[in-house]
Amino acid sequence: MKGKKSENKTDKKSKSSPRLIDRRDIIKGLATIPVLGAIAYGIYRKKRLYTNYKNNILDELNLNPAPVGISRKVNKDKLIRLGIVGFGIRGRQLLRGAGFAEPKWIDDAKNAARQNKFDTTYDDYMEQEDLNIVVNGVCDIFDVHAKEALLAGANIHREGVNGRKGTLPKRYLNYRELVSSPDIDAVIIATPDHWHAPIAIEAAKNGKHVYCEKPMTWSVEETYELVKIVKDSGITFQLGHQGIQNEYFSVAKQLLDRNVLGKISLIELTTNRNSPNGAWVYPIHPDASPRNIDWSQFIGQAPYHKFSLERFFRWRCWWDYSLGLSGDLMTHEYDIINHLLGIGIPYSAVSSGGIYFFKDGRTVPDVIQTAMEYPDYDLTMLYSATLSSEAHRGKLIMGHDASMEINDSLTVKVDYNSTRFRKKIDKGIINPDVPIYTYVPGQNKIDGVVTPTEQYFAQRGLLYTYRDGKRVDTTYLHIKEWLDSIRSDTQPGCNIDRGFEEAITAHMSAISYRENRKVFWDKDKLGIV
Amino acid sequence: MTNDKLYPYLNDIQAVFLIILRVAVGWHFLYEGLVKIIDPNWSAFEYLMDSQGIFSGIFKSMASNQSVLAVVDLLNVWGLMLIGGGLILGIFTRFSTICAIILLSFYYLSHPPFLGLEYIMPQEGNYLLVDKTLVEILALAVVYVFPTGHILGIDRLILKLKEIKNK
Repeated sequence: MKGKKSENKTDKKSKSSPRLIDRRDIIKGLATIPVLGAIAYGIYRKKRLYTNYKNNILDELNLNPAPVGISRKVNKDKLIRLGIVGFGIRGRQLLRGAGFAEPKWIDDAKNAARQNKFDTTYDDYMEQEDLNIVVNGVCDIFDVHAKEALLAGANIHREGVNGRKGTLPKRYLNYRELVSSPDIDAVIIATPDHWHAPIAIEAAKNGKHVYCEKPMTWSVEETYELVKIVKDSGITFQLGHQGIQNEYFSVAKQLLDRNVLGKISLIELTTNRNSPNGAWVYPIHPDASPRNIDWSQFIGQAPYHKFSLERFFRWRCWWDYSLGLSGDLMTHEYDIINHLLGIGIPYSAVSSGGIYFFKDGRTVPDVIQTAMEYPDYDLTMLYSATLSSEAHRGKLIMGHDASMEINDSLTVKVDYNSTRFRKKIDKGIINPDVPIYTYVPGQNKIDGVVTPTEQYFAQRGLLYTYRDGKRVDTTYLHIKEWLDSIRSDTQPGCNIDRGFEEAITAHMSAISYRENRKVFWDKDKLGIV
Repeated sequence: MTNDKLYPYLNDIQAVFLIILRVAVGWHFLYEGLVKIIDPNWSAFEYLMDSQGIFSGIFKSMASNQSVLAVVDLLNVWGLMLIGGGLILGIFTRFSTICAIILLSFYYLSHPPFLGLEYIMPQEGNYLLVDKTLVEILALAVVYVFPTGHILGIDRLILKLKEIKNK
C-alpha cells in the first residue's frame, strides 16, 4: 500500500514535470548487460572444457563406439513353418518372440497397459515385426499347456481371448512325430534340459532347423553326438543365449576389440536372485495330474522316479533333469564373454557351493562358485551365484589399464596404476575416480560422456529404454537372427560351435561340483578329465 | 537511489542488495537454461520420472508422452533462459518474476521435500518442507514486491519512454 501511494505521488510529480531520458538513465538502464557477458564467458569455458575432455580421451583413444544393430537385411518372402516342443514358461516367451502370443496374455498385457501407462509391454509386442512364419505343430506332454500352445499358434492376428483366430496348429503327442512331419521346416525346443539334445538330434536327422534352449545338452556324451549330426546335416542351429542381442553387447565388443582395457587377468560373472520364482520354485498348475501329464515321456533318459508334480513343474531343482545353475544361468554369462573375447572352453574348472537356503528337497545347489582357468589367455573367469540375495553385482572385466563393468549401464574406469594411461593420469587429463566411458542403454549416444545425473539414474536402474518409447524384446531379436540365418542359409552367432563350448563349460562346472574335484579339458582328446 | 524519486521508500543499500538478489537469481536461471541447451542429450525425463508426492502422476505422465516431453523440454530451456535474461537485464522484471515463481513452483511440487518421500536424485543437503527451491521462490517474491528494474535495468528506460509518450 505504502509503495502504491508513493508510486502515485511519483506519477503525479512526473506528469507535472516529465523528464527526458538522460545519460544517467541510459547507464542505469543498461548497467547489468555486462553480467550477460560474464555468463556467456562462463558457458564458453564450460563447453571448451567438455570438448577438450572429449578430444583428449575419447578421440585420442578412438573410444567412441555406438551401438550397432546385428540384424541383417534378409529377404523374408519364404514362409517358414515352425513347430515347438515344450510350452512352459520359456516356450511361451519364445513363441511370443516369434509373434504368437497366447490370447490370454494379450488381454493381460492390455489390462496392464490400461492400469499403468508406463507398462509398454503390449505396444512393444504389437510393434514387433511380422517374421512371415506359421506355427504348424505343437508338442507338450501336459494337456493344458498343449491346448494353450494351440491357441497361441493360431493367434495370427495378435488378439485377445474373444478375438479372431487363424487355423489351429496340429498337436503332437510325441516330439518324434512333430520333427518328422513334412509340413514343418524348423523346430523350437524349450523342454527340460535332459530333453534338449535328444529332440535336437532327431530334428537335425530330419533336416529341420533347430532353435535349442540352453544349456545345449544334459550329458557330456550327447554333446558330441549333437554337434556331429548338426554339422553333417547342414541345418541352421541356434542356441538360446539371447544376451548377445543386448544393446550393450556391441558397445562392449568394440571397446574390447580396441583393447581399451589392456591385459585382462580376471573376469567376474554373477547371478543374484532372491525369490522363489528366481530359485525355480514355480507354481504347480492346479489341474495337473497323472491323467493329463505323460510322465513316462517326461522321464525320458533321466533315472526313473514316481510321478511328482514338484519334479514336473520345478525340474530345474534336480540333477535328474537339469544342469542347475551351471547350465541354467552360468551359461548366459559365459556365452556373452565367449562372444566378446572368444576364449572358448577353459583349461580347468573348480566349483564349490551348496544348498544353503532353499532346503526344499532339491539336489542342485542354490549357491555356486566356479573358477575357470585360461592359461592360454593368462586369465581366470570366476562365476559366483546365489539364489537368495539380490545384492547387485554386475559383470566385471578387469584389465591392467582399465576395467569394464556391465550392470544397468556399461562403464569403463581407468586403473590408477595403468601403464598405458600413466601420463594422462599424471597430467590430470584422466581422472581414475570417474568412468572415462559410460554407455546407457536406450540412449544412442555417440560421445559416451554422460552427466553425473544420467549416470546416477542409470546405476539405479531407472529404465531409460522407455525414453525412446520403444523397448525391444531380446528374445524376439534372437528368434529373428535364427530365422534370418535359415533364410540366408548361414549360421547365427550363437551357433553349434559356441554351443559346444557352452555345453562343455557347463558340464565342467557341474561335474566339478558334483564330484568335488578340479576337472580339466583335454583339448587333444576332446574330453573332460 | 532515493534521489531518483522513483522508489523513495528504498534507501541506497536496500536497493543495491535487492538488485544483486534479482541479478543473482537471474544468473542462476540463465545458466541452468544454457547448460541444458548445450547438452544435446538433456531432457527433463529423468527429473520428471523421479517425481514423488501427490502430483507425481501428472509429472510422470508428462515424461511418458514423447510429444508432451518435447514441449516440456522446450518450455523449460527457453523459459529458464528468457526469465534469467529478464531478471538480469531488468526487462519486464515483474512479468519475468511471476514466470520464475510459476516455473519454480512446478519444480517444488514435483519434488516436494516432505517426510517419507525419497528421491533417486542425490541431494546435497537435508530438507523438510523448506528446500532451496522454496527459498528461491520466496526470494523471487521479495524481488516481486520490491521491483528494481525501474532503478537499474531496461525497465527504467521503458518507464521513461512511457512517461514521455503519455505527456
